[in-house]
Amino acid sequence: MAISRDTVDYLGKLSRIALSPEELDKFSPQLDGILRFVEKLKALPVREVPATAHLLKQSAPMREDRARPGFSPDQALQNAPEKEGPFFKVPPVIEAS
Amino acid sequence: MKLPETIAGFQTAYRQKELTPREAVEGVLKRIEAVEPKVQALLWSDPQRLREAARQLEQGGGPTSATPLWGVPLLIKDNICVEGVPTTCASKILAGFKAPYDATVVARLKRAGALLVGMANMDEFAFGSSCEFSAVKPTRNPWDLQRVPGGSSGGSAAAVAARMIPGALGSDTGGSIRQPAAFCGVAGLKPTYGRVSRYGLVAFASSLDQIGPLTREVGDNARLLQVIAGQDPSDATSSDAPVPDYVKGMGRGIQGLRIGIPKEFFSEGLEAEVRTAVERAVEELKKAGAAVQPVCLPHTEYAIPTYYVLAPAEASSNLARFDGVRYGPRAAADSMEAMYLKSREAGFGPEAKRRIILGTFVLSSGYYDAYYGQALKARTLIKRDFDENWERVDALAVPTTPTAAFRLGEKLDDPLTMYLSDILTISVNLAGVPALSVPCGFTGKGLPIGLQLIAAPFAEETLFRIGGAYQERTDWHQKAAPCGN
Repeated sequence: MAISRDTVDYLGKLSRIALSPEELDKFSPQLDGILRFVEKLKALPVREVPATAHLLKQSAPMREDRARPGFSPDQALQNAPEKEGPFFKVPPVIEAS
Repeated sequence: MKLPETIAGFQTAYRQKELTPREAVEGVLKRIEAVEPKVQALLWSDPQRLREAARQLEQGGGPTSATPLWGVPLLIKDNICVEGVPTTCASKILAGFKAPYDATVVARLKRAGALLVGMANMDEFAFGSSCEFSAVKPTRNPWDLQRVPGGSSGGSAAAVAARMIPGALGSDTGGSIRQPAAFCGVAGLKPTYGRVSRYGLVAFASSLDQIGPLTREVGDNARLLQVIAGQDPSDATSSDAPVPDYVKGMGRGIQGLRIGIPKEFFSEGLEAEVRTAVERAVEELKKAGAAVQPVCLPHTEYAIPTYYVLAPAEASSNLARFDGVRYGPRAAADSMEAMYLKSREAGFGPEAKRRIILGTFVLSSGYYDAYYGQALKARTLIKRDFDENWERVDALAVPTTPTAAFRLGEKLDDPLTMYLSDILTISVNLAGVPALSVPCGFTGKGLPIGLQLIAAPFAEETLFRIGGAYQERTDWHQKAAPCGN
């Protein structure tokens, strides 16, 4: 097995997606099949080969440093599920003592 | 008058004052009313808003050289932001989201005078090859309603094939424009990485994604690319390479162009009818003056494994932003962490969850080098395969897909089999080169087959020349999909 049910459960927690027992049962063998297929890559001799992380000839070109119009607070908040004044509102991050 | 079926047709009709944008809009709405209940290609359309846009266009005077798409009705894939319009990536996690700004491509289409008719269905976040992973509804193939239109830009391809509109925008990360174009019998271009700005395209895999046009005729495809291509200060990955006059370039024909045939794209798993159609198409290109020779892309077999490490890795990072804080529905919870877990559980569909988990796995410590690091190096080899051919040939000709459109439900619960349907399109994205799919025949069951033309970086003009020459000699692209009639 390239990946176990427990690992899938753990990855769900890492990626902040709650997975149901049914999803774990379904995804584990599917992901295992995909990973076993992908393992073909391991046989490729690439020690001397450089990595390609992007395809650009130049990275991070500079833009003229000039003020441009941006979002107003109302625009930035227009899709917020909850807001208060000019802020996004979220559930408590720090537990009450 | 009868509504034109091509962008060029609209341009002529307006120039000769045989048609007004308001008449065009009524014609498009009538056509949508007739075929949309069967095809299900649209996620959003607002007839009143569209009528108002046509009225304003007419008030502003007629078409000018600055408005080449004046009054041309177009459709936008649901992952490209249109200001004030729902842009949801066909996902529940973006239900109700209205884009606060226009993507650069949308701003350019609007400036060119185009009329945006609506948003097209897709696989959720562009994860899929059938449009069945749309959280809203599956789109049907206009050639056979029991079959998929392909994906992920299935709504865009189906709407063009069903003649609702003459053109649409899609996005292509591993074949998502070309595969549905092949399945629906239309022309679809994946431009060179960096040719078209990605600003305002909801990111799936940032090193692979490109926006491109779907049309019936190759010339129309060139007309749309002409407007959307070019450098954009808002996308640091957009290229400053000059944009040539694509339509003008098509007039040069293909006498003496060298076309390579890589045997790796004609291996087992390729349906006999597809092989025959593509071989006939290559014969046709020879008759038009092209010189054909065999070439080699030896690392082709590693393209799918490489892609299914890199694309999910990038997707898992990009989709971290959907967390119930700034947009999208939020699940009720008494802590921040529980809110994330529940909002993402309820908001993402099965394929999105699979890809996020797969991407998180290949990026996790202990597996990073073995999977992600190895795939980045394999990508170099795949890219070199292409680079090494451009001195010998001007373009490659291969099938777009190994089979014609499959049945709805056929691959839904078997992700690996679904992934393999992109086997002939994926290496193009890894190498960053442009590729155009054009219709080149039909199977015995009447399903379209696609010829895929691939060229060197920024050689879209070559693709249009070859595709245009092919369409001059054939009439596959003029056949009308029955849409269930």
